Amino acid sequence: MRNLLLQGLTRRPLTESRPRTDDPELQVLSVRLDVAAKKRLGRSLSIRAVDAGSCNGCELEIHALQNAFYDLERFGLRFVASPRHADVLLVTGPVTKNMREALQRAYNAAPSPKWVVAVGDCALDGGIFSGSYAVEGGVSAVVPVDLHIKGCPPRPLDLLKSLLALMEKPVAAP
Amino acid sequence: MSALNGVLAKGCVLDAHRPWPRVVVDEDIWRDTTAQLHEGLLTLAGLWGEADAVHMAVLDEQARTLAVITLPCPARTFPSVGLSHAPAIRLERAISDLFGLVPLDSPDTRPWLDHRRWGVRHPLGSARADSERAPYAFATSEGDGLHQIPVGPIHAGIIEPGHFRFTASGETVVRLEERLGYAHKGIEGLMSGADIARGAKLAGRTCGDSTVAYGIAFARAVEAAAQIEAPARAHHLRALMAEIERIANHLGDIGGICNDGSFAIIYAHCSILRERCLRAADACFGHRLMRDCVVPGGAAVDVDAAGVTVLRTLVEDIQTQLPAIVALYDGTASLQDRTVTTGILRPELARQFGAGGYVGRASGRDFDVRRALAYPPYDRLKFDVPILQEGDVNARVWIRIREIEQSLSLVEQILSLLPDGPIRLEIPAHSGEGIALVEAFRGDVLAWLRLDADGRIARCHLRDASWFQWPLLEAAIDGNIVADFPICNKSFNCSYSGHDL
Repeated sequence: MRNLLLQGLTRRPLTESRPRTDDPELQVLSVRLDVAAKKRLGRSLSIRAVDAGSCNGCELEIHALQNAFYDLERFGLRFVASPRHADVLLVTGPVTKNMREALQRAYNAAPSPKWVVAVGDCALDGGIFSGSYAVEGGVSAVVPVDLHIKGCPPRPLDLLKSLLALMEKPVAAP
Repeated sequence: MSALNGVLAKGCVLDAHRPWPRVVVDEDIWRDTTAQLHEGLLTLAGLWGEADAVHMAVLDEQARTLAVITLPCPARTFPSVGLSHAPAIRLERAISDLFGLVPLDSPDTRPWLDHRRWGVRHPLGSARADSERAPYAFATSEGDGLHQIPVGPIHAGIIEPGHFRFTASGETVVRLEERLGYAHKGIEGLMSGADIARGAKLAGRTCGDSTVAYGIAFARAVEAAAQIEAPARAHHLRALMAEIERIANHLGDIGGICNDGSFAIIYAHCSILRERCLRAADACFGHRLMRDCVVPGGAAVDVDAAGVTVLRTLVEDIQTQLPAIVALYDGTASLQDRTVTTGILRPELARQFGAGGYVGRASGRDFDVRRALAYPPYDRLKFDVPILQEGDVNARVWIRIREIEQSLSLVEQILSLLPDGPIRLEIPAHSGEGIALVEAFRGDVLAWLRLDADGRIARCHLRDASWFQWPLLEAAIDGNIVADFPICNKSFNCSYSGHDL
């Protein structure tokens, strides 16, 4: 173990620089959140991930946010174990009917103010699973959604940019 | 004569089913086959329904062959396989939920996938509206001082949804009962009537961590049904992706298991290597998880000279860095204390359930589809299938370590053999039935489908390895402490979505 730790001292860190969040698409997302909300959030977000029936692809990429390359905790973003500690619910999956109640309860358990970020193409409207007898057809069918991150699954960098946009000051549209 | 030949001789063999035979049988032969499963002469590889029939895939491990036997169910009932062969019980409960076909004398008649939230009963059979709510009856355990701990469907970590009901005596788990189905998306329902391209997308989204393996299983089933063979280069590209997927997932699992043993440094280093795999996949194939890169008829993307270099560098990186991580795992007594003799799965159970992947191989079951029912290009490649007998968390870690080493060698072999030529063929509109068994990182994935005359999917069934692993987790946790459940669970790493469909 000593060697692995010493190598860590001599090698350059793997962690990559902060991604740019000034592309127009992200600014549109950002404008939708009001200034008061951002003040309350300050410079940190506690995130509770809820899998509402995803294929597990989004979970893998959300996990990747915690590796040395993305290291999301340096931005004040951290995952918490209970919705009662959360500012943000990060919801994946088309929301299966079997998960509807659990998602609703997690939402109710999170203290206000709270935001819901839907992750992945199927979280928008059910995606490829829409029309099935077993799915609700997107997160917004069950709880109000503030931000949607597209992708199947979204790349970790896209997840990171969108989460950072949640915390930044909105820029007025030109 | 092998056990399977006896069954085949007595039934009516259908011509349209490839590559292994499907036979229509009567109840007597169905019961005989069940008896052979019970005796361990055959292994259950799948059990699924249709509107008016049930199908059972059985594997003859000695003869290295497979067959599907079909029992028509005009009275909407069939003799329960689960009555004498426990691995069939949950599959029968799923058949009952989806199709309304009743397994007679089944030891467990509770619903499985159907939580009575769909608004419809038997959605793939004679569907009828449903507005009832029915509470689920967990198995009871009674005794002095026993208490229950309900966990899930939402878990503390970033994992898939499922419910675990523990009964504990103090710290010791007396019984674990799983309740799954929360991720049920109705994939089999969406498959029916879909064209092949949509079917491939659905298959690739059945179980996100095994999207390549599912892609290959689905593609091979389609190709068998349409009676075409993918080009040689496509076979190699598929295997390349499958081995990268295996390496990435095993790295993630080893890190995750150590993290559940509160040893974060291995988790950190494994996560770095896993990220390197995903970035290499992205550079070569255009998607980090290689989703939709395998298509029926071949592969959707080719790898160029630059891609070959990226993959060779990846293999070298992992070969250089993995030994230090493995040495750290092997040399840390406090971590070994968590994994050695924890969550032991007895070899008899692994054999009875036909447990695939590292779960079976860590408990002495010498089975790997890549060798037992080899599909190209594995029939031309050299690799070992690591086997251990201990069946504990430690053994499941070591199987993964050894498999990463084998997969690295496979990637090198495939890169040096990579033949020139086309990567994709058109699928002709052709009716037929196909079945495929493919080795995902977690174990064998079975895909079965029927194409109609227009080449659309009439029925498709996908069976994840987890169906035969989840029940074993209940057995492996027995007598362990509640606090060791996460490490046991991660060492199995069963799929929720792949199981729930």
